[in-house]
Amino acid sequence: MTTSRRQFFGQAAAVSAGVALSAPAVEALAAEPAPAGLVDVVFEVNGERQKLRLDPRVTLLDALREQLGLVGTKKGCDRGQCGACTVHVDDRRVLSCLTLTATLQGKEVTTIEGIADGDDLHPVQRAFIDHDGFQCGFCTSGQIMSAVKVVEEREVRTDDQIREAMSGNICRCGAYPNILEAIKQAKAGDR
Amino acid sequence: MTLTPAELTSAVSGGIGTSPQRPDGNLKVRGEFAYASDLWHEDMIWGATLRSPHPYARITSVDITEALKVPGVYAVLTADDVPGRNLYGLEHKDQPVLAVDVVRYQGEPIALVGADHPETALRAMKKIVVTYEVLEPVVDMETAVDDTPLHPGGNLVRHVPIRRGSQDVTAEVVVTGRYEVGMQDQAFLGPESGLAVPASDGSVDLYIATQWLHVDRDQIAAALGLPQEQVRLTLSGVGGAFGGREDLSMQVHACLLALHTGKPVKMVYNREESFYGHVHRHPAVLYYEHGADHTGKLVYVRTRMYLDGGAYASSTPAVVANAATLGVGPYEVDNVTVDAYGVYTNNPPCGAMRGFGAVQAGFAYESQMDKLAEALGMSPVDVRVRNAMTEGSVMPTGQVVDSAAPVAQLLKLVQDKPLPAGTSSDIRELPGGVSNTTHGEGVVRRVGYAVGIKNICFSEGYDDYSTARVRVSMVNGSLSAAVHTAACEVGQGLVTIMQQIVRTELGIERVTVLPMDTTIGNGGSTSASRQTYVTGGAVKAACALVRDKLAGRTDIGDEVIDETTEWRHRATEAIDPVTGQGNAHVQYGFAAHRAVVDVDVDLGLVRVVALDCAQDVGKALNPQAVVGQIQGGSAQGLGLAVMEEIQTSGGKVRNPSFTDYLIPTVLDMPPMSIDVLELADPHAPYGIRGVGEPPTISSTPAIVAAIRAATGLALTRVPVRPEHLTGT
Repeated sequence: MTTSRRQFFGQAAAVSAGVALSAPAVEALAAEPAPAGLVDVVFEVNGERQKLRLDPRVTLLDALREQLGLVGTKKGCDRGQCGACTVHVDDRRVLSCLTLTATLQGKEVTTIEGIADGDDLHPVQRAFIDHDGFQCGFCTSGQIMSAVKVVEEREVRTDDQIREAMSGNICRCGAYPNILEAIKQAKAGDR
Repeated sequence: MTLTPAELTSAVSGGIGTSPQRPDGNLKVRGEFAYASDLWHEDMIWGATLRSPHPYARITSVDITEALKVPGVYAVLTADDVPGRNLYGLEHKDQPVLAVDVVRYQGEPIALVGADHPETALRAMKKIVVTYEVLEPVVDMETAVDDTPLHPGGNLVRHVPIRRGSQDVTAEVVVTGRYEVGMQDQAFLGPESGLAVPASDGSVDLYIATQWLHVDRDQIAAALGLPQEQVRLTLSGVGGAFGGREDLSMQVHACLLALHTGKPVKMVYNREESFYGHVHRHPAVLYYEHGADHTGKLVYVRTRMYLDGGAYASSTPAVVANAATLGVGPYEVDNVTVDAYGVYTNNPPCGAMRGFGAVQAGFAYESQMDKLAEALGMSPVDVRVRNAMTEGSVMPTGQVVDSAAPVAQLLKLVQDKPLPAGTSSDIRELPGGVSNTTHGEGVVRRVGYAVGIKNICFSEGYDDYSTARVRVSMVNGSLSAAVHTAACEVGQGLVTIMQQIVRTELGIERVTVLPMDTTIGNGGSTSASRQTYVTGGAVKAACALVRDKLAGRTDIGDEVIDETTEWRHRATEAIDPVTGQGNAHVQYGFAAHRAVVDVDVDLGLVRVVALDCAQDVGKALNPQAVVGQIQGGSAQGLGLAVMEEIQTSGGKVRNPSFTDYLIPTVLDMPPMSIDVLELADPHAPYGIRGVGEPPTISSTPAIVAAIRAATGLALTRVPVRPEHLTGT
């Protein structure tokens, strides 16, 4: 099968007023200013510098999935209602579907693909496996990205505080009790 | 990366009865598990669907001329472009692939666009000119049968009567009620998605998130006018299902576009389109009359129930049969009268959702049992125990329950659990939470109980089987096994269970689960809590064939042992169309819940404080997965109790978003104490009993019972919303 899922969508996502941009190789974005209607953004994703030329309407979620090939971040609703697209921007958790890529100049973005250390899972990833904190797994990237920050947030201590802090991430399979246990394990290890 | 999903290999100990790590777990926590929406082909184009804005209208013309002129558009297709049968459906072939002359629900597909980019497709869709003659929709399920006929055979999809014992017996204590269940949505988090790849010989490969590859394939092939072997399906990653992927969504559409354009075609629904793109749980109106003697013993149950199937039949006939045959609940009743009606309307089509007919009946009969307890001055648990079914009890269909039915035991288990600590003054533990609406004033805590019954596997004489292939060879000097089925993993953990069964049967630790596809025989549907039972049974049977050939050897050199077999559960029977009598079901599953609820009676806000459950699972092949199913099923029952409903007005959906269709969050989900009984069913592989659905049935009525106790209100409709509690 001659198929792949690599750098997705050179051709599109960056579409403006009906004009499809033909695949701009990232490195080809030279010093010259972006054409009318497009913007250039330079930012870091999982520690790698990325330069994108795109329509200012393109969300971080679409840029990650369609231009950078990072499809671990999921689109559950595209309206900031489900949390499946949660990523970190400069160490804060944000909903990538509500974040315009054009606002990220100079920022550092971390996605689910960027938290493990090679083969070694992040302690929160490990805890989700240990406690079976998912079933279908579609919300899991967002749950874990939220949970990584909740583990770091020292003011979040009790079960109820963890619940409050995780309430933006829906799990339709209802794995919430196991997600809670996973976060408690990761928090215990973090102390 | 190819489109074919990863093989999942684990080399660990962990046979049945243990809880080894999911073989797809590592991929899922790393974000590397490829869901259908992640598929990509370098030559692909995008498909989009033009849908009807009207619940009921005659189409007077469809003009695609301008749409075809949009640069980047490869194809615009209408019903005229469907080469095969333009009607499909799980039970009745009544649903058009693309509408012809008439649309019967809001969101019905009319035309397809294939284009170089999703936005191009959207622009082209806006240039398709459809003219409608808008008609008055049929929206009332109780009067639909006598209303404008929406299909050639009228609006009755199925009537299931059950007549058992005396039809005119009287009783000392009689309670009656009318109950309503709103339309619940599966709301799986991964929207519908698929990718169709045409081949040069006119055949097509479809990579899709579904619950039943073979029935999808058969329906697609018929619509495309292709032999079945020219339509090949492979399961891609499924982001939840819960019944909503049992029917076709874009399967035929993507293949049509692919074959028409010669290009791979990807389709992904957004969240709003997903609400229009799959069937929902049938809303229902249920009338009940229970008669009992002064000791609380049920003398009779009479019920008339209506289930709104919406515009197309989908699985309505089976849903109606479930509601009818399980309509008195897990109780012994000698005299039963049931009339269950599934009807067509112009509301959204309804079909399978976890619990499948048993949920609607369960809310009503359990509400009635509470009403009966009140009329008799008995406790809700006592009146249930007084009537509890046991092994050997006779169903309203005349079927004898021939394995464990520990209904009383389950109720007592949840009753005896410690109650949570008293009402807190921490606002996080009160209704309204950090909205800071109360510090405890106006908050009333009460308890509610419920128990439910669900049939496991397919019923009414359906030839329900699965196919499994197990292959054993040497890898690095040790025996290694691979298991291949077409049974869909949707998150429930079937891939784990299959590995566990192979380990137990063959003593081989290294087991690979091959991608699920149609190159092997039918695996049956991932529904009716049946996959561990039926596909588990098939894997076990295939292992037995392999074991014979292994003959105890631990080194087979270059030999490959490769066995494929079908396995079916014991046969069931059709029910009599007049009396409803017959051995319709394979197995019954039971669960009981106790809900503890805090209600702010001034503001109508509800917080479920505890939701404890006891369930008999026959044998817990994977105890951790069993508990996960009970938690998940209970959460969806909680959603139906207090928040989840697709609201319609004149057939139109008013809330197709997660802003307005609310799903329980971690804040809504209380801690659960769960007791799992393992009373083996001698008819089932390993004695197992299907797990996934029973907890969805009893959690809803238990919560509503607690809210009723806290408020003194009748609460005959779910979901219960704040305005129902405050009268505003």
